Amino acid sequence: MTRSTEDKEDSTVAVVDIEENLSLEVGDGACLLEELPREKLAWMLQKMREIRYFEEKAEELYTRGLVHGTMHLSVGQEASAVGSAVALKPNDLVIHHHRGHGHTIAKGADITLMMAEFLGKEPGYCRGRGGSMHIADIPGGNLGATGVVGSGIPTAVGIGLALHMRKSDQVLLCFFGDGASNLGEFHESLNMASIWDLPVVFICENNQYGMSMSVKRSMNIDRISRRACSYRIPGMSVDGNDVLAVCQTVKVAVEHARSGKGPSLVENVTYRWRGHSKSDRNLYRTQEEISTWKERCPIKRFEKVLTDASVMTSEEIEAIDQEARATVDRAAEEALTFPEPSPENLEDEVYAP
Amino acid sequence: MSESRKREITYLEAVREAMVQEMRRDPEVFLMGEDVGVYGGAFGVSRGMLEEFGPERVRETPISEAAIAGAATGAALMGMRPIMEIMFMDFITISMNQLVNQAAKVRFMFGGKASIPMVVRAPAGSGTGAAAQHCQSLESLFMNVPGIKVVTSSTPYDVKGLLVASIRDNNPVVFMEHKLLYRTKGAVPEESYTIPLGKAEVKREGRDLSVIAYSIMVPRALEAAEQLAAEGIEIEVVDLRSLKPMDKETIVRSVCKTGRAMIVHESPVTGGVGGETAAVIADSEAFDYLDAPIRRLAGWDVPIPYNRTLERAAVPQVDDILVAARALALEGR
Repeated sequence: MTRSTEDKEDSTVAVVDIEENLSLEVGDGACLLEELPREKLAWMLQKMREIRYFEEKAEELYTRGLVHGTMHLSVGQEASAVGSAVALKPNDLVIHHHRGHGHTIAKGADITLMMAEFLGKEPGYCRGRGGSMHIADIPGGNLGATGVVGSGIPTAVGIGLALHMRKSDQVLLCFFGDGASNLGEFHESLNMASIWDLPVVFICENNQYGMSMSVKRSMNIDRISRRACSYRIPGMSVDGNDVLAVCQTVKVAVEHARSGKGPSLVENVTYRWRGHSKSDRNLYRTQEEISTWKERCPIKRFEKVLTDASVMTSEEIEAIDQEARATVDRAAEEALTFPEPSPENLEDEVYAP
Repeated sequence: MSESRKREITYLEAVREAMVQEMRRDPEVFLMGEDVGVYGGAFGVSRGMLEEFGPERVRETPISEAAIAGAATGAALMGMRPIMEIMFMDFITISMNQLVNQAAKVRFMFGGKASIPMVVRAPAGSGTGAAAQHCQSLESLFMNVPGIKVVTSSTPYDVKGLLVASIRDNNPVVFMEHKLLYRTKGAVPEESYTIPLGKAEVKREGRDLSVIAYSIMVPRALEAAEQLAAEGIEIEVVDLRSLKPMDKETIVRSVCKTGRAMIVHESPVTGGVGGETAAVIADSEAFDYLDAPIRRLAGWDVPIPYNRTLERAAVPQVDDILVAARALALEGR
């Protein structure tokens, strides 16, 4: 039915902009160069390097036919994992997703045990039952990677709820991707975390694609953090390839959570260099696009920041690089010698005693 | 047992008493779900609990079944013992990703280094005229998911002991409560007790036929057995109680004794507990004792209809059990 002009004039409904983007004050990440001790900055670089080498080694082992399953590489996204994790205290927690090698290393996992799990070995973190997609290090505060997109988000509500009910001062980082933010579970969970003021920082790693589906085609907003306003929680987007900016932003969000003010949503804008998984033929994006993002390499960028600010010399950086490479090489060598699990006890871990 | 201790309460009160006693005993136990607070839950099961335990531990949620299941899974991963109430079992389908892909799998895929001690209380079953989306019995969906336990109860005594055991169990337990049983009364001790999961119970002994049932089909089978006894046919009624793990030993022992077996349940026959139980019997020494084929008497493969007559026709009633049991008990004699 067409409304008459008269109706329009009579209408008292006003269209107003109800969007209220609650942002927290986040300073410039560069200030961290002075705030953080040199050892911490070196540690960050080392972890980023370890993640890169771990994944390159994983790819190599896969190509050599030594790996049974699949893998999802986060090459190019190292700043998101390390910048976020470095904002935590040691006893804080993370829950993350299938592209999770970075978070696991950044949370301080033993790389040999990770490699062992990737290779499906009994001494691996999950005794060869989980593989690349499900690495967990419960005593280390890594409550596991989930393989179904977005599935860690509702579970994060429960972890946050337990922290809240026990009046713990721990905080949980919940990592997920841009694709997960289109799930119903995302909405239910952020709403629930908001009404209960749970100490959870929801970190959306926007790497531009859910498998082959571009964020440009899967949503009509330019910043995923804008979704935060639906839950009346702070939402912030940050250059996810700038490790200091990520750290600065997540630190603010973590303190917000720790002080009892509830959850927030941080979007780390980044890019996945490799395909979604091994089956990916990159038909949905151009080589030019990939090259453009490779020029924004988070590791090279951080190295430049460190040398420009005279925090480290290029020799020191080279030494860190060598050490990271050696750590990963040793881990792979050792893990390859580990025993396979036995089918004898296959049912043992299905149910807890 | 003295007369004063033979206290009778309803099935619904027994469910509440189990929760209340466990929440008093263990500060890590809490209840969570839609309208479980002031409203007392859709069926009134949690009435009065908010007053005793407060809104932190009798936690009302928005209508968000996926997040409720996630909240329970995550809290359990942290070592708490959540009880989540799903208002109608039908709505559990919205929780499926968290229950099937997270709660059931976390322990195994993390190499046994975590556990998920949680209970999903799910009012199930037809007979209330609530039609196809409020009357389902979805136990079979969970039977095929390693990592989850499935428990049912047919009496007030059982529902209390089984719920206490489920809360104390270190695994995700789907705990089905039958809506039509909520108002049934029975003797229930005031003190706390447990009934082990995975143990069936012979609710009536008989020599002519084993009727293996659970939930509301147990009282219906007992009523049919009573009538058949007048005809000289002695039915043994086995209440499975836990569907997973299933007490194969008790099933096999009963069938070895009677030589005839009929499995009765409300949920649709295809892919149901009946087929699984029949296979348990066929795979066991009881096969050699069979004097007649194993029979299944279960719900039709239809959604639960609204109309009273159609609704009754869709699932086994006392008369259906009576007729089928009589025929099987006499077959080949």
